[in-house]
Amino acid sequence: MRIIAILLTYVFINNFILVKFLGLCPFIGVSKNSESAVGMGLAVTFVTGTASVVCWCIYHGLLEPFGLQYLQTIAFILVIAALVQLVEMVLKKMSPSLYKALGIFLPLITTNCAVLGIAIINIDESYNLIESFAAGIAAGIGFTMAIILMSNIREQLELKPVRKSFKGVPIAFISAGIMALAFMAFDNSLLTNLHLA
Amino acid sequence: MAILYAFLIIAGIGALLGLGLAIADKKLAIEKDEKLIALEQIMPGANCGGCGFAGCADYAAAVASQKAEPGLCAPGGKDLAEKMGKIMGIEVTVGEKKVAYIFCKGSCEKTKKDYDYRGLTDCNAASLLFRGDNGCKSGCLHLGSCMAVCDSNAIYKKEDGTLAVDRTKCIGCGKCTKVCPNGVIKLIEDRTQFVVACNSHDKGADVRKVCEVGCIGCKICQVKFPEAGFKVEDNLAVSSPVAPEDQAVQAMEACPRKVITRR
Repeated sequence: MRIIAILLTYVFINNFILVKFLGLCPFIGVSKNSESAVGMGLAVTFVTGTASVVCWCIYHGLLEPFGLQYLQTIAFILVIAALVQLVEMVLKKMSPSLYKALGIFLPLITTNCAVLGIAIINIDESYNLIESFAAGIAAGIGFTMAIILMSNIREQLELKPVRKSFKGVPIAFISAGIMALAFMAFDNSLLTNLHLA
Repeated sequence: MAILYAFLIIAGIGALLGLGLAIADKKLAIEKDEKLIALEQIMPGANCGGCGFAGCADYAAAVASQKAEPGLCAPGGKDLAEKMGKIMGIEVTVGEKKVAYIFCKGSCEKTKKDYDYRGLTDCNAASLLFRGDNGCKSGCLHLGSCMAVCDSNAIYKKEDGTLAVDRTKCIGCGKCTKVCPNGVIKLIEDRTQFVVACNSHDKGADVRKVCEVGCIGCKICQVKFPEAGFKVEDNLAVSSPVAPEDQAVQAMEACPRKVITRR
């Protein structure tokens, strides 16, 4: 039950992009077409999922027993950076075209606050290992959903008569704001109504 | 003690992740096409873009995947094209080596000025204002935009203020031909000995008014020395790359405007 509640929380109620405003850089940067948006979403989901697990293990297995909780940020960043490098290598090998489309935004996942955010939230909320993994995957799915929705909106916007001063990134930010307003409809009452909380 | 643990733990995590990445790098290494590697190695590396691709590596990839012909590379010339052909296992026919030439001899003394230009030292900027300060609207503006784009420093300023191309340094990428607002610079075959150094298609009388060294289309070179290969088209003589020397020299001397030039 708790797992489902966590999934719903990070996909809808606390959507990383539209509610928590984390990871906006790739959200705007890679949402121009839906194909690369899907790729970016999957890459981020992989990184948040694995980073959650590895960071949880490092925090509870290494840092906490030695009383080194203050090192969590640097340790987490280390893990995330290594994971992103791994994703980069895999993508380069499996799909060079996607690798080219993602461009600079792929290594930028390293500094994506969504990834560090979920690792730290897992610790703050004192989730166990399974819950951390669920939260990581859910955060990734939430990110993927938001970026795919955004990319579809932006593909439509390309064909619409938008004022020159609003063309491109400005209108994208305005759309993102309206999307965020829509996501405010999801709050904890979603969990209570489903008898999950 | 605590600081030692902190150091050891972070260093340990770092070392482990580094090791993991090193192994992954080996496992996931991309096998590049042997031909592509060989092609990339022999490329001149000028990245001039003269071939029409984004750079040497891009062109090499296009040739390796047989999307482009070898021999488009101007800096590499014939040698490179043959080497590329060998790697790809195909016959290559190479065009003549081409270099840039500035078709204008006009200088401050020889060409009239319409006005005194004071502004950006950029030909395209000057060209916005009544197509430049020159009386002749087809001539060189001498502000050196071509010098600025030339990656091989082949264009230099002579003592009289006119610009010229060093044919030994020019790699024939054609960048200068694109930046020149008046199209004074053209690519010519390197073996060309004699050129008509003028770009004006204006009528003879109009050229005479503004420039001492402009071609007036009098056709003396074409009619008197038919074997020299000069041809007047649209009020401007054009030379041929294979002009016999003695004939061409006579034509050069006979030219009333002294616009035929030996390179």
